[in-house]
Amino acid sequence: MLLSMEHLRKEYPNGKIAVDDFNLQVGRGEFIAFIGTSGSGKTTTMRMINRMLKQTSGTIKINDKDISKMDPVKLRRSIGYVIQNIGLMPHMTIQENIEMVPKLLGWSKEKRAEQAHKMIELAQLPDDMLKRYPGELSGGQQQRIGVVRALAADQEIILMDEPFGALDPITRESLQDLVKHLQEDLGKTFIFVTHDMDEALHLATKVVIMSQGKQVQVDTPENILRHPANDFVTNLIGEERLIRAQPNILSVSQIMLKNPVSITPDKTVDDAIELMHDRRVDTLLVTDDAGVLQGYVDLEDINRITDPHTAVGDFTNRQVFFVKADSLIGDTVDRILKQGVKNVPVVDKDKHLVGIVTRTALVDIVYDALRGAPEANEEPASPINADIHAAATHDEGGEIPQ
Amino acid sequence: MKDMGLLSQLVYYFSHNGMYVLSQFNQTFLVSIYGVLLGAIVGIPLGIWISQYRRLSPVIIGIANVIQTIPSLAMLSILMLGLGLGQTTVIVTVFLYSLLPIIKNTYTGMLSVDADVLDAGKGMGMTRFQVMMTIRIPLSLSVIIAGIRNALVIGIGITVIGSFIGSGGLGDIIVRGTNATNGGAIILAGALPTALMAIITDLVLSFIEKRLTPKTSSER
Repeated sequence: MLLSMEHLRKEYPNGKIAVDDFNLQVGRGEFIAFIGTSGSGKTTTMRMINRMLKQTSGTIKINDKDISKMDPVKLRRSIGYVIQNIGLMPHMTIQENIEMVPKLLGWSKEKRAEQAHKMIELAQLPDDMLKRYPGELSGGQQQRIGVVRALAADQEIILMDEPFGALDPITRESLQDLVKHLQEDLGKTFIFVTHDMDEALHLATKVVIMSQGKQVQVDTPENILRHPANDFVTNLIGEERLIRAQPNILSVSQIMLKNPVSITPDKTVDDAIELMHDRRVDTLLVTDDAGVLQGYVDLEDINRITDPHTAVGDFTNRQVFFVKADSLIGDTVDRILKQGVKNVPVVDKDKHLVGIVTRTALVDIVYDALRGAPEANEEPASPINADIHAAATHDEGGEIPQ
Repeated sequence: MKDMGLLSQLVYYFSHNGMYVLSQFNQTFLVSIYGVLLGAIVGIPLGIWISQYRRLSPVIIGIANVIQTIPSLAMLSILMLGLGLGQTTVIVTVFLYSLLPIIKNTYTGMLSVDADVLDAGKGMGMTRFQVMMTIRIPLSLSVIIAGIRNALVIGIGITVIGSFIGSGGLGDIIVRGTNATNGGAIILAGALPTALMAIITDLVLSFIEKRLTPKTSSER
């Protein structure tokens, strides 16, 4: 493990417990997002990693080395650090800002300059910006510099404390793309503090949800959306976001009906009609003895058959559209809806019939995702009109005495 | 002499005692500079120190404030009791009066440095000393210089009064003028160079102050 945090606890002299029994293992190239309400201890935890704060008890190890036994200055030089308010040195050029840690580490002037050029390119900013001062850059540009400054000495771990909180949504998105790129392509490890759930879910490989100094849930964004640990997490994520996320996290097997009506090919038309009548359906799925999907027969097909002893297998429609049970709804919903069929059989990986998805169930999911809420009660417009109408009559009434 | 106008009397005085006025000018200037320099040597570190240990700041600034409230003539006389007549006493007085503006400005300058910049500096692995030398001092230097500029202007005023306890300088000329009948021109001969000195020092230091303000734009 690149970074391991065990039983971390931070207690302030006034007795306030900021962090309580925090445990986390971080592998190389992971993107960890700490999220929680303010005062949840997320920033405190992050600041203990580079010893800007000292834990009351517990250990933090980087590459199996206990950081409390390391020189804090050397430790900090090996960890990238990005803060919300950017913190570029206003009296230094962009180049001097980027070269800061390499200079502290005693790199040669040529190597530093080379690195500065590399970094400004990484930040997707023009090279001549190196000679400018931070005050001449926009907020988004400044934070781009802030991010690459944290990488300039090839730091492996980068700590970010709500780095994009003060930026407008469009700028924030482009910077999120930048750090995502740094994590995915350069294999950097990020510890990212945020209070923006969308940001956490979008960027992180693992989300740590904190409340009042405790970890509430630690999992991948998908799992957190799929199984929020408790009401706190549900509230933090927000009902709307959970619903929106459904097509992307629900699998077909979660919305299918479990016992589809099926028949084997050797049965006769009589049997088929009886089964349809019993189960009140107009379509039967045909499976062999092992349960492998063969096709379907519907009421129209049966109507055309005159001999009641004909085997079902003789007139089965072999061209049947089906979906796999473990595929995500988001990926298949378009295809299902475009087929225009009422029901879609669901099969497992060996093509065994396991269930059926009705068009109604699908439409409900898609509709909820688009609307954002399961039951949005829209008040009919009439009461408002009635009010206006009443007001109008009242005014008229007032004019009569004159 | 009597029938000459004030201005011609002044010109007459300068033409006959030019070198004398110049040497007195020098002396006044040096005494003020020494006092303020001492004040800077003590005041700047003190200001930095109390900016690090903020609990001490009310005490230190309070003491400096009290010193400032004592009238300068009284201070000179009190110190004279201990240090005797002469320039040393005046230098010490100037030193004491320059403490407040220097300490206060250093302290304010230090505290006005953006906390985020300091946090970033520390978080990136600067030692305390490096934070001081590369961030705190450069960013507060102009404010510190403004304090010194203030102290020097005050110092020049005190040095002139210091001639009462025998430190010489331009004050001597002024005192002589007050003692002489119709000494208006002599008073001016002492007062004008003093005013000139104060104005020039102020201008020079404000220029230095501007130069030392860290560049934050590539335009300039």
